[in-house]
Amino acid sequence: MLELGDYGTSDFLQILRRRHPELLATLDAPANTAGIHHYEGTTVLAVVYDEGIVIAGDRQATEGYQVGERRIQKVYQIDRHSAIAIAGAAGPCIEMAKLFQVEVEFYEKTEGVSLSLEGQANFLAHLVRSNLGLALQGLIVLPLFAGYDVKRQHGRIFKYDAIGGRYEEDDYYAIGSGGKDARATLKKRYRPKLSQHDALGIVAEALWDAADEDIATGGPDFIRKIFPMMNLITEAGVSEIPDDTVAALYRELIARLEQPR
Amino acid sequence: MSTPYYVSPEQIRQDKEDFVRRGIQQTKEVIVLAYRDGLLMVAENPRKTTFKISEIYDRIALASAGRIAEYEALRVAGIREAEIKGFRYYREDVTAKWLTNLYSQHMGAVAQAWDAKPLEIELLVCEVGSEDGLHGNQIYHIAFDGIYWEEEKYAVIGGRAAAIRDILEQEYADNLEMQAAVQLATRCFQTIEAAAEEAYDITPQTIEVACLEHGAERRKFRRLSTQEIAEIARIDDAT
Repeated sequence: MLELGDYGTSDFLQILRRRHPELLATLDAPANTAGIHHYEGTTVLAVVYDEGIVIAGDRQATEGYQVGERRIQKVYQIDRHSAIAIAGAAGPCIEMAKLFQVEVEFYEKTEGVSLSLEGQANFLAHLVRSNLGLALQGLIVLPLFAGYDVKRQHGRIFKYDAIGGRYEEDDYYAIGSGGKDARATLKKRYRPKLSQHDALGIVAEALWDAADEDIATGGPDFIRKIFPMMNLITEAGVSEIPDDTVAALYRELIARLEQPR
Repeated sequence: MSTPYYVSPEQIRQDKEDFVRRGIQQTKEVIVLAYRDGLLMVAENPRKTTFKISEIYDRIALASAGRIAEYEALRVAGIREAEIKGFRYYREDVTAKWLTNLYSQHMGAVAQAWDAKPLEIELLVCEVGSEDGLHGNQIYHIAFDGIYWEEEKYAVIGGRAAAIRDILEQEYADNLEMQAAVQLATRCFQTIEAAAEEAYDITPQTIEVACLEHGAERRKFRRLSTQEIAEIARIDDAT
């Protein structure tokens, strides 16, 4: 039966909490999950360039010291101008990305206007905070949120800590098990006003270095044709870089690394 | 003690129907028609932010004639139920048929209640088919009392729906391009307005146009801007 009661709210999470708390089980009601095997997502990053922002991630999920999944998706489009990349316990991560996407779209459809980028970033902090119970048991879910701010006309990056703290980065950021290694590369390579090609180049290199240093992060896999996922967000919207282009970026990088120094 | 008076069920039903018909007769029409790339929806509507046609879910849109406030409540409730269902199962499990049943039950219950006035609205629940043609378009027409039926190719709701349907019967053709479809719909409105006592101008500012394009990404719904309508419909601006 159709319920008209919740008319006043554009908050999907609030409706689920009230009517279908069972659908939020992993978010709201943590059982004792410590020590249970699960998949972990590893390195994701975002880099601002002159036309917008690149958001990317490797494709590997690990289960302990094993490869759990080789082509997991860690970057999800949220609305026309934003995307989220996730690191941590894969199951709850993907669920958080899905819920976040529905929340933002629900707001847009009911209100008739898009939720602002800042509003999306704040709501995500709230979702991360809801996950605290799981985080305390070691099942941390950490998002990296990136978007093109249509009003301010530039790319923006938001990072979070496990208790829902929200912090903005101006140029680039990387999180996950190989995040520190990726950041080291980005720190040396980043320049303001990068072109799209250069931005994709340093993204490929940062993920390469993360895979090189961190056992959990996957590199480009030319045999299985699995390559890191890279999305561009510009005024025109979110677009995914085709695998062929990413493969070419890596061939370029490998050719450079092979040159004798 | 006074004797409770008796009113026959037929009489009650007839009264309610007359009441709604009087309300709906005053309302402007909405036309939905299948065109080459999906479903096109066109309404007479001079307002800028209160719409008669709106997005519900990936492939589904809702059009209504009648009281805006009543439509608005059903629109938001529909989006909510669709999102809950899609979140629980899978996005493709949300269908126009399912949504039509929800609306139908609700409208039927309100129409039958002793202590409530029936909803003064008519709805069209539209779902665009797949690009490969394996799944066809669906248009469900729901009357105020929850009775619904499927429409083929085109559907019209609102006061002068019958007159527009007569025109479409003559002029509608399969596989129209979007421009031709928009022009056909505007021609319908112009014709019935020309016959009206107080003619209402059909300009890009006074019509609302949206479409469900089967070739679009996940969200098939697109609302055309006034500028796009002006370009595509080529109606002379009255001003």
